[in-house]
Amino acid sequence: MTETTGHLISVTINGATQQHVVDDRTTLADFLRERLRLTGTHLGCEHGVCGACTVIVDGAAVRSCLMLAVQSDGSQVETVEGLSPEGELGPLQQAFKDNRALQCGFCTSGFLMSVTAALREGPVHDENHARDVLSGNICRCTGYSGLVQAVLDASKETDGE
Amino acid sequence: MSDHAGAVKGMIGTSVARREDDRLLTGRGRYLDDLELPGALAAAFVRSTFAHANIRSIDAEAARALPGVIAVYTGADLMEIQKPLAPKVTHPQLRDHPRLPMPPRAVHYVGEPIAVVIARTRYLAEDAIELIEVDYEELPAVGSTAAALAPGGPMAHEGDDTNIAVTLSQSAGNTDQAMRDAPHTVSAEFTVTRGGGHSMECRAVAARHDPATGQLVVWDTTQSPHYARQQLSTIYDMPEDDIRIIAPPDVGGGFGPKAQFYGEEVVIPWVAKKIGRPVKWVEDRSENFVSAMMERSQTHRIEVGFDDEGHLIAVRDHVEHDQGAYCAGLQVPSITTSTVPGPYHVPNIHVELLACYTNMVPTSSVRGAGRPQAVFAMERMMDRIAEHLDIDPALVRERNLIQADEFPYEVGITFRDGSPLTYDSGDFPALLSGTLDRLDYPNLRAEQAELRAEGRLVGIGLACYVEGCGLGPYEGAKVRLTNRGRILVTLAAAGQGQGYETVYAQIASDALGLDMAYIDVTTGDTSKIPFGQGTFASRITATAGPATYQAAQQMRERLTETAAILLKCHPAEITFVGDRACLDGDTDKAKTLLELAQVANVGKHGITLPKGVRAGLETSAYFAPERAAYASGAHAAVVEVDPDTGGVTILKYVIGHDCGNVINPKLVDGQVLGGFAHGIGNAMYEEAAYDADAQPQAASYLDYSLVSATEVPDVELFHIHTPSPLNPLGAKGAGEGGTIPAPAAIANAVEDALRPLGAPRINHAPVTPARIVDAIEHAAAT
Repeated sequence: MTETTGHLISVTINGATQQHVVDDRTTLADFLRERLRLTGTHLGCEHGVCGACTVIVDGAAVRSCLMLAVQSDGSQVETVEGLSPEGELGPLQQAFKDNRALQCGFCTSGFLMSVTAALREGPVHDENHARDVLSGNICRCTGYSGLVQAVLDASKETDGE
Repeated sequence: MSDHAGAVKGMIGTSVARREDDRLLTGRGRYLDDLELPGALAAAFVRSTFAHANIRSIDAEAARALPGVIAVYTGADLMEIQKPLAPKVTHPQLRDHPRLPMPPRAVHYVGEPIAVVIARTRYLAEDAIELIEVDYEELPAVGSTAAALAPGGPMAHEGDDTNIAVTLSQSAGNTDQAMRDAPHTVSAEFTVTRGGGHSMECRAVAARHDPATGQLVVWDTTQSPHYARQQLSTIYDMPEDDIRIIAPPDVGGGFGPKAQFYGEEVVIPWVAKKIGRPVKWVEDRSENFVSAMMERSQTHRIEVGFDDEGHLIAVRDHVEHDQGAYCAGLQVPSITTSTVPGPYHVPNIHVELLACYTNMVPTSSVRGAGRPQAVFAMERMMDRIAEHLDIDPALVRERNLIQADEFPYEVGITFRDGSPLTYDSGDFPALLSGTLDRLDYPNLRAEQAELRAEGRLVGIGLACYVEGCGLGPYEGAKVRLTNRGRILVTLAAAGQGQGYETVYAQIASDALGLDMAYIDVTTGDTSKIPFGQGTFASRITATAGPATYQAAQQMRERLTETAAILLKCHPAEITFVGDRACLDGDTDKAKTLLELAQVANVGKHGITLPKGVRAGLETSAYFAPERAAYASGAHAAVVEVDPDTGGVTILKYVIGHDCGNVINPKLVDGQVLGGFAHGIGNAMYEEAAYDADAQPQAASYLDYSLVSATEVPDVELFHIHTPSPLNPLGAKGAGEGGTIPAPAAIANAVEDALRPLGAPRINHAPVTPARIVDAIEHAAAT
């Protein structure tokens, strides 16, 4: 039961390709957090519901708690740390801040990654659509109204570019 | 979205952006599991799988032999720390069963920790757990308060002859006589189900012992670091100065369960000390579902007496309260008993509460803390009175509300802080009328009648409440000019996302007359401020707020006095321009904060201070309110029900809120709206179900529904501000008001919607589609 096998993976994290040997049972989330110390990705439920651990893998928003690190071999992985490599807030992050879309911040990275992936697919023009985009993530603090407005504002911003 | 009437000058009352946000938005937050703890081992707990059992034996040999496992301790291996975790709030008549950190002999709920594995990684620790064999003698279990009180039923604790832990009662007037004489009476039974706090970050504890200094450093996601330190000091028999509790700078939500004290918080630091290496335990969600404290489950049998116009004459409420397996404290049931009368004149009241032991996770405060249940009972009855008399439910409320000129208002019973329940200030009629105005209430009722004529089931639900908040005993703040020339505000209180780093800089800025750019705030570290209570019961703004204000005012005196001596003028002539203390605003005749620190703090070794300068620019203040403050509000829900599916659509929701003066209006909005989302969960979705054997039936988010953005409706939020006279800021609490009346408002709206179908009764929260369909079918059959 405790025997684990090491796998060599090559994965591009926030634009930098890296090789690592990982256990077959290590989740992508634990790999990011423990091995790479990218602790901006948080674990809220570890059963794929809360969305706090959402990262973008090859363009799709995925739950990093439900994916194994070995499955990311050959993939492009984006985490919250990649949204603002220089530390400056991007338009979505700024919209979160302006609209009080976060309080404790624990769920925030997951929301940012889910919405980032959604906005790449196209603009979000109305409230219902925004709520739909947000519905895969749970926030216990804000009551979502700031998040809804942040998505709409960010969509306007990116739409106009 | 929201409108705050009444502006306040200065930084207090301004919606400044949060200082916390940038790090949280860029993945640079520092939550407990993110902290670098070189060499830290991982801990995992073996938890009881039975709700009630004796432990015959635990075989951990195979687990201990597993490579990577450092140690396994059962409860019996750590007898030196098996001391009771004392109830937070107790009562002389409480029959207390000791809650041990890791009980060696018997378990009383599923999820109770019975052994801990320390291993190189959490993966290995969980492997080891699989190898541990526990031999249980299963005992009959109590899975509800009904079972707890059933004659001849099982006992939650072996050897007991009753499951009642304590009976609490509150009385004013002569309820029996008044009820007999009342022209009308109605009665009903309401139940509210268990639910959890569900902070997105679960609990976590890490610890490191330094044998050289004897100090034990404990990182803890607690809302109450000083409370945790006091408990550990008692249990470990160590001086408090040798225990440093640090609530990390970022904690992922609290909502009550993290204000409690748990066995894991005792075990982890002790084990770290024993092993001589740092140990970290991070609760996973599966554990959180069965070990973090919950709340809410109560049954109310309530009777009200009233006159022909709906004026309340008497209220009698008999409450069954689920205390869980142990009494972690009586704060929740005692708050319930004092919240029943709410914003109304209730001349005669008797509330009796039986707190029952059951074999479920102990209960304690969860955002709302005993208030949602009381409000549910009372506000449902206000609607039943209206129905009985065939008058409008808004009118029944208006006729009973305490008026704005009646404060301070003595209710005649006692609050949980031990003081007479005395409402400090408020304007309940303005909250209700403001809410009704935003609904366009008379037209809405007309519209409802038209829709009903078309066969549509649309209902309107109202709920008013009064919330005791800002509790004592005290909270403190230290203000220091650091040697680098910045003002540092140190709070004992620990934040979980409320924005303390921002809010307390705003308060200090006004008191100092100094731009908040020069002010930093630090929180939640027992080594930095000696005394504190913690973040709970919507109390911090009304306690740490005034403490910060007063300490910062003292600091202003110290700074201007020092600058005046150096500039050879009078302190009253000093004002701040940027970080310069200037004579008459002249920046050329000025001393910077850094220069003041150089003189009064750093000094020159062996050289006398300038005449009159007092050494050490540090001040502190502890604010102890004379009694609780009372926030208040009114909620209104408009819903449509689909009678075939029981589905509920919220068409409109209005919140009127009064938490006195506010420091940062947008952050208050965030508290109210976030609390409201929790309230919608309680009203319609969240249910920590247990079966008859007290086995949890909803222990993942697949079975326990948290609301997402698609379930929480838009809210029209407005505020009024009746300042509290009990503290210099006029502040009250804002953390729970959004949650408290939401289940009552939704249930009232659903029952109102269903009234054309033979008045089905909605007596249970959450109001789920299944319960609605059951109620419709029951009404049709009778």
